[in-house]
This record gives sequence, C-alpha cells and structure tokens, in this order.
Amino acid sequence: MDSVIISSILFATITAGTPLIIVALGQLIAEKSGVLNLGAEGMMAMGAVVAFAVTLHTGSPWLGVLAGMAAGALMSLLFGFVVLTLMGNQVATGLALSIFGVGLSAFIGKPYESDIVPTVEAVRIPLLADIPIIGPAFFNQQALVYFSWTLFAALVWFLYRSRSGLILRAIGESPSSAHSIGFSVIRIRYGATLFGGAMAGIGGAFLSIFYTPLWVEGMVSGRGWIAIALVVFATWRPFRVLVGAYLFGGVMVSQLFLQGSGLDIEIPSQFLSALPYIATIVVLVIISRDKNTVRLNAPASLGQPYRPEG
Amino acid sequence: MFKNIVRLEARAESSALMSYASPLIAIALMMVGGLILFSILGKNPIEGFRIFFINPISDIYGLSELLLKATPLMIIATGLAIGFRANVWNIGAEGQFIMGGVAASAVALYFYESEGVHILILMVIAGGIGGMLWAAIPAFLKTRFNTNEILVSLMLVYVAQLAVSWLVHGPMIDPDGFNFPQSRMFEESALLPTLVEDTRLNAAFMFALSVLLVGYVFMYRSFLGFQMQVAGNASDAARYAGFSAKRMIWIGLLSGGSMAGLAGMTEVSGPMGQLTGHVSNNYGFAAIIVAFVARLNPIGIFFASLLMALLYLGGEQGQQYMNLPSSISNVFQGMLLMFLLGSDVFINYRLKWGTK
Repeated sequence: MDSVIISSILFATITAGTPLIIVALGQLIAEKSGVLNLGAEGMMAMGAVVAFAVTLHTGSPWLGVLAGMAAGALMSLLFGFVVLTLMGNQVATGLALSIFGVGLSAFIGKPYESDIVPTVEAVRIPLLADIPIIGPAFFNQQALVYFSWTLFAALVWFLYRSRSGLILRAIGESPSSAHSIGFSVIRIRYGATLFGGAMAGIGGAFLSIFYTPLWVEGMVSGRGWIAIALVVFATWRPFRVLVGAYLFGGVMVSQLFLQGSGLDIEIPSQFLSALPYIATIVVLVIISRDKNTVRLNAPASLGQPYRPEG
Repeated sequence: MFKNIVRLEARAESSALMSYASPLIAIALMMVGGLILFSILGKNPIEGFRIFFINPISDIYGLSELLLKATPLMIIATGLAIGFRANVWNIGAEGQFIMGGVAASAVALYFYESEGVHILILMVIAGGIGGMLWAAIPAFLKTRFNTNEILVSLMLVYVAQLAVSWLVHGPMIDPDGFNFPQSRMFEESALLPTLVEDTRLNAAFMFALSVLLVGYVFMYRSFLGFQMQVAGNASDAARYAGFSAKRMIWIGLLSGGSMAGLAGMTEVSGPMGQLTGHVSNNYGFAAIIVAFVARLNPIGIFFASLLMALLYLGGEQGQQYMNLPSSISNVFQGMLLMFLLGSDVFINYRLKWGTK
C-alpha cells in the first residue's frame, strides 16, 4: 500500500467514526446521570432529516447542524418527560422513541429524497496538514471532526476535573444520596438527557449534510444503536469511546481496506456491510465476558426511575 | 414545571382500572395526535380520520385484509410477550421473522414443482426453526457471556436484512426473473390455503388464534409461565425459589424467535408468495408495540394486533388518497407507544391539584 492509499483509508475511517464519537459521548453523559436512552437511532434520524431540510432551504449547513441539534434535543425532551416526569420504563420508552423517530424522519424526509445539498469544504489546518500521511487524514477534515475532538477533551475535563461533573456522576451512582445533599436529581437528569439528544442530533446532521450528503430513508442504519453499544464497550470512559468509534469507523470502510490491499477477492457487498453489526456483537461479547467489568463500571442507577421523596 | 398546580401522588396500591384504561387513553391521544398531524400537513383532519380509520374496514375485503395483517402481529407478539414477562428483551423479532421467511422459502424452492402436504408442513417447521436459531444467538451470548440481548438481537436484524438481500440477489434469485432481486413465485403446494374466497385471508389466521390460546394457557395456567412471571416481577424471589435464570432467558428468546420465524413463514407462504428483499413490513417492531399495548396479555394482543393492522391499512389508504408517505403508519405506531408509556404513570400515581 502506498502512502496516498493509507492516508485516504485513515481519512475515511475518521470520517466514519466521527458521528459515532459525537453520539456516543452524548449518550455517555446521559448514562452517567443514570438515564439510559435507547432512542439514539430515532434522534439521529430526526437530526439528519431536519438538518438536511434546513440546509436545503437556507443554503447554510451550519443552520442545518443547529436545527438538527435542536431536533435531537426536542426528541430527548419527549423521552425525558416520559421517563423522568412520568417515570415510564426507560428501555421501552427509548425503543418507542427509536421507532417513532425513524418513522417520523421518513415521513418528513419524503419530499427531499431526490435532493442533494452542496458539498461542504473541508477545513485545512495550516502546517499540520502538511505532515505526510497523517496530515491529510487528520488535519484536512470537516469542521465537525475537530468538534468531536474538542467535545472529547471538554467532556474529559467536565467529568473528571469539574465539580459539576462530579455531581453528575454522583447522581448516576446514587440518586438518593445526591438528592439528600440537596441536588435536584430530576433537573440534572433532564439536562444530561437533553445533551445526549442534542449530540445525537448533531451526529445525524453529520451524516446527512457532510457524510453522504443526501437524505435517504433509514440512512442512519443502526449507527444510533452502535453508539449505544460503544458506550458499553468503552465501559463508560470517554477515551475508549474515541478509540472504539475509530475501530468501528475502520470496520465501516472495510471496503476500502480490501481495495487498498490489492487482493483480488470477490466478496458480496452485503457481507462487508454486515461487518459493523457483527463487530458490535463481538465487542459486546468481549466486554461482557467478565460479569464484573460491566457491573463495576456502569453507573449504579442506570435505567432506574427515580422519584424524590416528599 | 407545574409543581405548584399539579403534582403526582403515589397510590396506595396500583390501580387495576388504570392499567386497562391506559391503553384506551393512549389510543384516544394517538387519534387526537393524528388529527393535529393532518391539520399541520394542511389536510382536512376529519377526512384524514375517515380515510385512515374508517375506510380500510368498510367492506368485507377490507376486513379480511385487516385480519391478514393482524395475523403475523398476533403470532409474534404472543411469542415476545412470553419473554417480556420475564424481562427478557428480545427486540430483534424483525430479524427472526426474516430468517423464518428465508428458511421456509428454502424449503418451498427445494420442493419446487412437486406436490404434497409435506411441503407446507416442512415449511412451517423450517420457519419456526429459522427464527429460533436466529434468536438462539442472543440467548447463547446472554447466558454464556452475559451479553446484552437488546443490542445483540437488534444488531442481528441488520445482519438478517443484509443476508436476505444477498440471498435474493444470488443463491435464491428467480432464474427466469430477469435478474430482479426476488425468488421464484411459489407453487400452489407451497402456499397457505385461503379461508374466504376472493380475499387473501389464509389459514395462518386460524393458526394465530391457536397461538393466542396456547400462549394464554402457558402464561396463566402453567407452572413455567408462572415462574417466568415471577422472574420478571421479582427477580430476587425467583432466585430464592431456585428458578433458573438461564432457562428463563432461553425460553423467553426462543419463544419469541420461533413465533417470529413462523410469522415469517406465513408471510412468504401467504400474501407474498415468494421471497423478496423486503419480506417484513416492520412487523417485528410493530409486534413489540402490540405486546406493550396489550399489557403482555394474549386477549389484549388480539385487539392490539387489529388496531396495529388498521394503522397499516390506514397508512396504505393515506398513501393512495391523501398522497402521504407510507411511513405515516410508523409515526402513528410510535405515537401510540409513547402515549401508552406516558399514561401508564397513572397506574401507580394519581394527579393532585393544588399545592400540598
């Protein structure tokens, strides 16, 4: 493989991993507060379709991203209302949100199926982009790729270095103790859920505006679920989310690896497309093999409703 | 938000009345939501309501279509309910449905151009086993490696969709089909007999009714069904009583998988009459909603399946007469489930007006 091919494979891997990073980090924050929102797929779909429509009408991809973010947040607000205010079952409600979001996005997106939005130019970082191989792959990317790194850094700081992050984690571990020392569990969980929804919306927007760039029904194709699996795989640690997302990004562009390797093997495209899903199962098996790995790392109150007494 | 006007107060015990009323409230809310949605879209809401909920069932043919669409939902939802009762979350019925359809189709194509009842019987067996094997993967991984069955069963939906796409593009493609990605049309001997002349309603409906009956007996009259209920409601109690958690997981997933597979068989051998890349009409996911709306109860599943089938038919009518995309059915289905989960709060809580 020559350096141009390596560089372009790296580039594609990073691009494919970016929406996973953004969505999974959002879910990580929600889950750290104890909220398990399985609706990521639906929120991403809504983010993707709304972002696409707004970009098409306004001509501004950034307004599109904002709108996609708002759509994702709105969806998560609905989820929050059912599980936090009305204390509904989180698993079932998240599932409902996924079905609802995917259906609604297909519904909204019908008129836009044959449209395309103009390609958004990559943002080239001077000097760094001139490094051979790595430069073009890492530093000549879409702005949202840099956003995903910034988000990662900000969340690491927030979770482990800030007081608010400590409170968030405390609420996820033991909502009743956090409540007893005066924190509003429900309000903070609402915040974390909204953040998760907003990030899922951005992740969806990345797909429809920058990645494809078009809208097709079902285009999220399980990325929301993979992001949720990624959080488990990462044992709720941001750095591992980053690594895992690129791992999956690599699996998603496995077609390129095959071409780049120069081997002449005939593999049905469906096999390559199935790889990310199979990889998800494999990593889940690896991480859950030892019962304690997941149990010790998962926020203790994950998925459980909380109702402040009195 | 409204803390000072309305608040929730825990009931001393959960309200049986509300647990039955809640699905009805959810249905009413869904219809109101539909009226609002039609208005937003600039359609006449009353007209939309008529086309969606009344038109599809205003003649015998419409009613037969309703039962036809409800059939796979009844079968799948009953299988899923058995697992859900024990908190085994098989949400991959869609994939198990597809694999059941694939296995049944393989039998039908193998016996192409031959006669005999054995073909249909083998198709039924193959369908059930196909779905069961697909569900056995999450069951095995859950019991052996403690892997989350929600994510695994769901990932396998995508794998099943890709697998069937590959099959109808390659190994199972119709050799005289001008390269269209679909199998041969099945012969008469591989098709389920119709029940009512000039309709598509077939024997699968009778099978669905017996599944509901057997499901009811299993859930409410068998010791194993009782064990699974206990495991779901009070896992500690179940553990102390010595009920095997692994067994519950296997039974929960395999019952859902085999039923979904059988439903896949009834689809390819009924209305489809062949295998295509789009075997399932989202039945696997719709059946989850059915199971919840039905309170995991077979009698409820009967009615909830009819309702969900009506949403499918309404969506088709809306497509035809109101120029709406067919995905409107999914919007209604999702709305229904969201409203249900929301209104369920009143089973355990009541609204209190004014400040305390």
